[in-house]
This record gives sequence, C-alpha cells and structure tokens, in this order.
Amino acid sequence: MNTDKNESPMTQILADLKALAIGFATTFKHLFQKPFTEEYPEYKRPLPARSRARIILTRDPDGGERCVACYLCSAVCPVSCISMQSAEQADGRRYAPWFRINFGRCIYCGLCEEACPTAAIQLTPDFEMCKQDILALVYEKEDLLVDHGGKDKQYNFYQYAGVVTDVGEKGTHIKEEKPVNIRSNLP
Amino acid sequence: MLTWIAGFILLIVKLGIVLGCMLFLAAYLVWAERKLLARLQVRYGPNRAGKFGLLQPIADSIKMITKEDIVPEAADRIIFLVAPAVVATTALLMFAVVPFGSSLKIWGREIPLVISDLNVGLLYVFALSSLGVYGVALGGWASNSKFALLGGIRGAAQMISYELSLGLSLIPIVMLAQSFSLVDIVQAQANYPFIFVQPISFAIFFISAVAESKRIPFDLPEAENELGAGFHMEYSGMRFGLFFIGEYVHIQVLGALAAVFFLGGWRGPWLPPPVWLLLKIILVALVMIWIRGTLPRLRYDQLMELGWKVLVPAALINIVITGAFILI
Ligand code: SF4
Ligand code: SF4
Repeated sequence: MNTDKNESPMTQILADLKALAIGFATTFKHLFQKPFTEEYPEYKRPLPARSRARIILTRDPDGGERCVACYLCSAVCPVSCISMQSAEQADGRRYAPWFRINFGRCIYCGLCEEACPTAAIQLTPDFEMCKQDILALVYEKEDLLVDHGGKDKQYNFYQYAGVVTDVGEKGTHIKEEKPVNIRSNLP
Repeated sequence: MLTWIAGFILLIVKLGIVLGCMLFLAAYLVWAERKLLARLQVRYGPNRAGKFGLLQPIADSIKMITKEDIVPEAADRIIFLVAPAVVATTALLMFAVVPFGSSLKIWGREIPLVISDLNVGLLYVFALSSLGVYGVALGGWASNSKFALLGGIRGAAQMISYELSLGLSLIPIVMLAQSFSLVDIVQAQANYPFIFVQPISFAIFFISAVAESKRIPFDLPEAENELGAGFHMEYSGMRFGLFFIGEYVHIQVLGALAAVFFLGGWRGPWLPPPVWLLLKIILVALVMIWIRGTLPRLRYDQLMELGWKVLVPAALINIVITGAFILI
C-alpha cells in the first residue's frame, strides 16, 4: 500500500488498483509467451569444460599414467571416497596398482583435482552416471583411466620431477641444471 | 415402502456421481493449476506423464497411496490421524446443498438435481466451513512441531476472521432472495445474476473465499518460505493427500458457491445446467490460479487489517444500503 500521507485516499486507492492491474496484466501476457524452460533429456545444455562431475584419471602426452599414488587426493577428499595402493615400476616411477573412487559418496567438490600434483585426477562435465545399484557406483582404476590428457594436455610430471626414470636422467629435466660435482668447485 | 427404497437408491446414485465428479475434478484441478501456474511463470509445468502431463494426477495419486504413512513419535496420534479426514470431509459435505440443475423427469419421477435441498442451506455451508478449521488447527496442533503449530494457529485466526466477512457479504443475497436455501437463491436469479446488483458483495465474498481456501495471497497457514509447509508439515502419504484433496475440493465448493450466489448457479443458455455450473466452477478456479500466479503473500498484520478494517465494515455498509433499497 502506498503510504504517502499527502495524497487523498481516493488517489491512493486508484494507484493501488492500477498497480494490481499491471501485475495481473503482466502474468496474463506471460500466458502467451514461449516458456524459457530447457527440457533436459531432449535438450542437453553444453556444459562449461570445468563443470565438476564424473572423475577420470588422465595420461601424460607420452601415454604414461600420470598418477603417482601420492595419496594427496585421498587425504584431501572430504568424504574419503578415494582409496588406492602405491607401488613402484622398474624404472622408479610410482603408480597405483589399484585405484578406487566410490561415486556413491563423492560430492564432486573438486578438491582432489586441486590437490593432485600431477594433474592426474580430473573432473569432467559428464554427470549422467546414476545407477540403480549403488555398488555399481564404485569405479575401479580401469573405469577411471582414460587415454588422453584431460584439461592439461602437455603436462608430464616426470619431465619436471627431477627423479631418475625412463623420462629423464639427472639434469635433463625442464628447468633443472646439470648436476654439480661438489668436489670440483671446492676452493 | 417401494418409493422409499427408490428414493434411497436414487440418493446413493446421485451421491456417487457427485462424489466421483468432485474427486476427478479435484485431481485435474491440481493438474490445471500446475500447468496454468507454470505458463503464468513462463514455464511448461508437468509434461512428462502422458500427453501434456495429463496422466500426472494418476501418477501422483499412485505415489501418494503407496507412500509410507509416517506418524511422528511425539504426535498426538488419534487427532493426528483424524485431522486430514476432517478437512476433506467437511469440504466434500459442503457440496451437498449446491443445486446443479432444476429437476429431471425419469420414469415419471421428479428428481431434484441437488443432493439435499436444505432450507437453511447457507447456514449449513457456513457451519461446515467453520468445522473445516478444526482440521487445520488440530492437524497443526497434533503434529507437535513448532512450524505446524504456527501454521495451525494462523489458519484458525485467519479463517475465523474471514468467515465473518464471508457470511456478512452473503446477507444481501439472502435479503434479495428471501431464503437461506441455495435452490431458492438460484431460482431468484431467473432474470439476472446477483453479481450485477451486488458487485461489492461479490468482491468481498471472493476475497474472503480465497482466504478461506488458504490460497496465495492468503496462504499464511502454509507459507512455505517461513513455515516449511505449515500445518501439514508432518504429514506424508495419503494423509497429506487428503489435505490436498480437501483444499482442491474446497476450491470447487467455493467456485460453486460463487456461482450459486452471484453468477446465476446452473442457469445459462444452450448448454445443460450441470455443464454451466461446471463451467462457472472452473472459471472461478482459473481466476484463483491467476491470482496465485500474480500476487505475493500478505503479511500477517496486513491480513488481519484487510479482514477486520476493510472487508467487515464494507460488508456491513453494503447490508445497510441493500436494506435501504429493498425498503424503498
Ligand atoms: S571431488 Fe571431492 S568428494 Fe569427490 S573424490 Fe574428489 S575430493 Fe573426494
Ligand atoms: S591422483 Fe594425483 S593426488 Fe591422487 S594419488 Fe594420484 S597423483 Fe596423487
């Protein structure tokens, strides 16, 4: 209600009625407007690349598994739905013999992706993964592992890591200087 | 004896038809409301179950019936179980005095097209609609939850306030028709419907009727944003469904009453009388839905102010003026 004290009650009532009429006219016009609704199963809105849904384990450009089984994602996960085992390959690279995410518990917060030092674990926009059987939501490493680099295509952790593996000897890594013979630069 | 039995069978048949029609209409009123409300808000509304979502009411009722019926541990069990029935029954019973045609001649018997032509029909309607408050208030009370209790108390206060203006707005009609019987009131509108001589009465009646049926902008007992779901918060399954049915039957009854008192009841050219009554009921319901799609909820003090300071005095003045006109 209009509370302007200077107006006479009659003009006030008229103003109120007019406001009501405008409201009713607006909704009436909506009747003939095409609804804005996007109808989901028929129309799937293209989601932004950084939408957080189904999790994947990516590979580096050379096709090696990126995950080094450091347990950081598992540690940061607020609902503790990641579990794994760590092991070492012959060349010294670490990897996870098994890696399991329980999507029945995952809240898609994306913290695992932020914690991962190797850009191995990544969330994808694919959210259509509901299942009747809740145990079917437990994804094993085979289900998670993909054969591409996800969002960060070029990154290869072992090219930076300074660890001796098949990817590089000491001193051959990016931004790494040649090993210094500490005896040679004695005074 | 034979006539008695025939009359009894006839009554049962009429009851069955009316009850079936009302429940069917209630189900599809829900559909119409969801659909129309959606379009008013530039949405589609239900469109998955059947064409245009026409099977939605059936899906809803199956869901309601098969759902678990939960009674909260701290609830007052008996009252909690009875309250929804009170709401639904009173709403259904009100339709008993609404005439849906003059009379029918089958096999030489005169069949009045009304379940019961009470000579105090109008008072009967008010008695029942006051009883309906018990369902709301007791349901809210028995749930033993603060939100439900608040909703129930609000419902009681609101319905008592608006019952008054609802009753007062109809006194001019009774004065004009000189009868409390709904059949006679429709008969008295043979020449013109009363809305043309009593527009103010109609406005007061309609506003009070919307308030009676606890709909936006007067849905304080439910007030989703502040009370969760208000008085029926703790209800689930078919008991919740009963509250729902009660609400939508109530809308039909109020539509029928608006038709009977102001829009000429079953009168109308060309079409058979029950169809006219149905059309008028649907028209009133559609306007109620439109109002719901447009207006925001009133605040509690505004609600009380509108009821006591505007509607009741206006109705009283209207009675005096009508009385003066009838005297002259
Ligand atoms: S998205 Fe969040 S909840 Fe899901 S696995 Fe990663 S850290 Fe855990
Ligand atoms: S996915 Fe990333 S954070 Fe998780 S164990 Fe593997 S390397 Fe570590």
